[in-house]
Amino acid sequence: MSETSIEPRPWTSEPATTPDLEQQVEHARDAHLMLDPRPLEESNQQAIASMQRTSRLTWAVVVVLLGGVGMAAASWLIQIATGIGVTGLNNTIFWGIYIVNLVYFIGIGHAGTFISAAFRVLKFETRRPIARAAETVTLFALAAAALFPFIHLGRMWKAYWMIPYPNQRQLWPNPQSALLWDATAILTYVIGSILFIYLSLIPDLAMLRERTTGWRRVLYRALALGWRGTDREWSIQESAANIFAYAIIPVMFSVHTIVSWDFAMTIQPGWHSTIFGPFFIVGALFSGVAAVIMVMAVLQRFMKLAYFIRAEHFDAMAKFLLVMSFAWIYFYFAEVLTNWYGNLPPEMEILDLLMHGAAAPFWFLMLFCNIVVPVGLLWMRRVRRSPGVLFVIAIFVQIGMYLERYIIVGVMLGRPEMPFRWSSYTPALELIIAVGAFAFVASFYLDLHPRLPHHPALGGRRGAVVQWAAQGGPGVHERQVRPALGPAPGRELRYGRIPGTRAF
Amino acid sequence: MKARFLPVMCQQCGEAPCEPVCPVYATYHSTEENLNVMVYARCVGTRYCANNCPYRVRSFNFYEPEFEGALVEQLNPDVTVRSAGVMEKCTFCIQRIRRADQKATVEGRALEDGEVQPACAQACPPKAIVFGDASDPESQVAKLIEGNERRYQLLHNLGTKPAVYYLKGGASNV
Ligand code: SF4
Repeated sequence: MSETSIEPRPWTSEPATTPDLEQQVEHARDAHLMLDPRPLEESNQQAIASMQRTSRLTWAVVVVLLGGVGMAAASWLIQIATGIGVTGLNNTIFWGIYIVNLVYFIGIGHAGTFISAAFRVLKFETRRPIARAAETVTLFALAAAALFPFIHLGRMWKAYWMIPYPNQRQLWPNPQSALLWDATAILTYVIGSILFIYLSLIPDLAMLRERTTGWRRVLYRALALGWRGTDREWSIQESAANIFAYAIIPVMFSVHTIVSWDFAMTIQPGWHSTIFGPFFIVGALFSGVAAVIMVMAVLQRFMKLAYFIRAEHFDAMAKFLLVMSFAWIYFYFAEVLTNWYGNLPPEMEILDLLMHGAAAPFWFLMLFCNIVVPVGLLWMRRVRRSPGVLFVIAIFVQIGMYLERYIIVGVMLGRPEMPFRWSSYTPALELIIAVGAFAFVASFYLDLHPRLPHHPALGGRRGAVVQWAAQGGPGVHERQVRPALGPAPGRELRYGRIPGTRAF
Repeated sequence: MKARFLPVMCQQCGEAPCEPVCPVYATYHSTEENLNVMVYARCVGTRYCANNCPYRVRSFNFYEPEFEGALVEQLNPDVTVRSAGVMEKCTFCIQRIRRADQKATVEGRALEDGEVQPACAQACPPKAIVFGDASDPESQVAKLIEGNERRYQLLHNLGTKPAVYYLKGGASNV
């Protein structure tokens, strides 16, 4: 095997230099959002550069967040050792913050995959940077959400009884229980989401494999599944991702509907409502879109990805958020109006509690966060294009949607049919665990996200390998092509032929 | 305003909302006795049943039950002490029902009316609680509720078919 015979083509970080060219580039990017006239290699390097830096500040934040996670874990241990009594729950309000967090995080997790899949189905050219941000949010939010059913259980060490497993007494879980539907739907969604995200990551992982060293290279190599970027691989990946996109959207709708049925299937006043399914879906998308906007803003600001995540992307997402706000208002209005007009005593007690009672501050704050802030601000183009302002609006939406779930669980449960059982709920230890869950998501995001390619343009362009192959010619060893790919020390021959030149 | 006292124990609903929601069948319907039965050992503590009980009569073991000193000696040997994290509810003293039923079976006869008394009925000095087999028209309970215009059920509009009947105040209106 001959040593390298082709001179390395030096990669330069200098962008197009002449002002004239610079203008042309800008013009082209305005005309086609995803068209990137820079050389592929250059934009890849740009994306990678943002991945390899982990600043001291980031580490400090991660340490603080992990401290929060540790406190939450300790609290959970205390709860397991002592009993659910360490929470603020009582014999009227049996569900609290844990269920609120479950619904909240699942809601966030929904938007991610939905946005990504919907963009794919609708063939949005702008999808890529948003899609990757959205998918990562899904992953971490689902990881947090999956913990809460277990934290919630009175005897979490018996949780496996809810799984159908063969046992001597032939005891099975109860298929009539909405909780079982819920677990099934969520599990389906988690597996589907992971596969869907992974599918779209493979080309990027392969690209990283080519460009990293050490343990990262080992990791990326395992994850890339031997991806070479041939035309055939691209078309298989493309159609697989499309099938997944079409399949995951109905799954997503079903999951949040079924989560809402945990409430709607009961006869608890305030919960027993046919509108809950679509209402929860809208709520999930509302908070989820806001979460994706927050992540986009953070990436754009701190990861130096302004080149990829542009004002147009924020504008599109802000419009989506505005639409979701309107949809949420519509459903909530319909729900409250029917209850109010119906004038049934148990429902009226709840409305009274929300409008004039102890829960009024929560209720009005929720309306302010979910209606006044987004509807009042998002109609302005300037606001929609400013990541900072959007970030603040998104935080308001998060607060509003969290309160919405809190009102459904923690407030409404306190007004059962029998007045002598009325009660109120003040969270105690579960607050630490709830905060810990947010820290868990944030620290995972800060810690892991930089290790994942957060921008699918990273080599995610069809024909990339074919292009390199053209520089090496057929039958050339990888090592000879490598100079075009950038540095990769110590690699031996991997393919006998250049991928893309081989007849499959 | 008139204070009224209503002992509200589990109503042993014929169509119990608490039953279908349990993911592990820890609470189910015993058709033979028309009772809502709770299998404590099977409970994982989702607390879903308690949320769906419109009477909110279930109570949860938020802590491990503790009995000070000699109080341990008074625990009922027929009933296990349930651990923390398990849902509790009134069983209509099913251990007494089962014991009397088995005794009657061994002796080869039917269970007599009044043979089984739950602890609450036994303890009530003015005998305000009457327990028996409502499906037997000769029983004391059946006679009390049959055609009695004072009788009512709690939240009967929900269609839970409670097995407990209350009698409205008569002349004294208490
Ligand atoms: S009263 Fe409540 S706990 Fe008892 S059977 Fe009815 S729903 Fe179940």
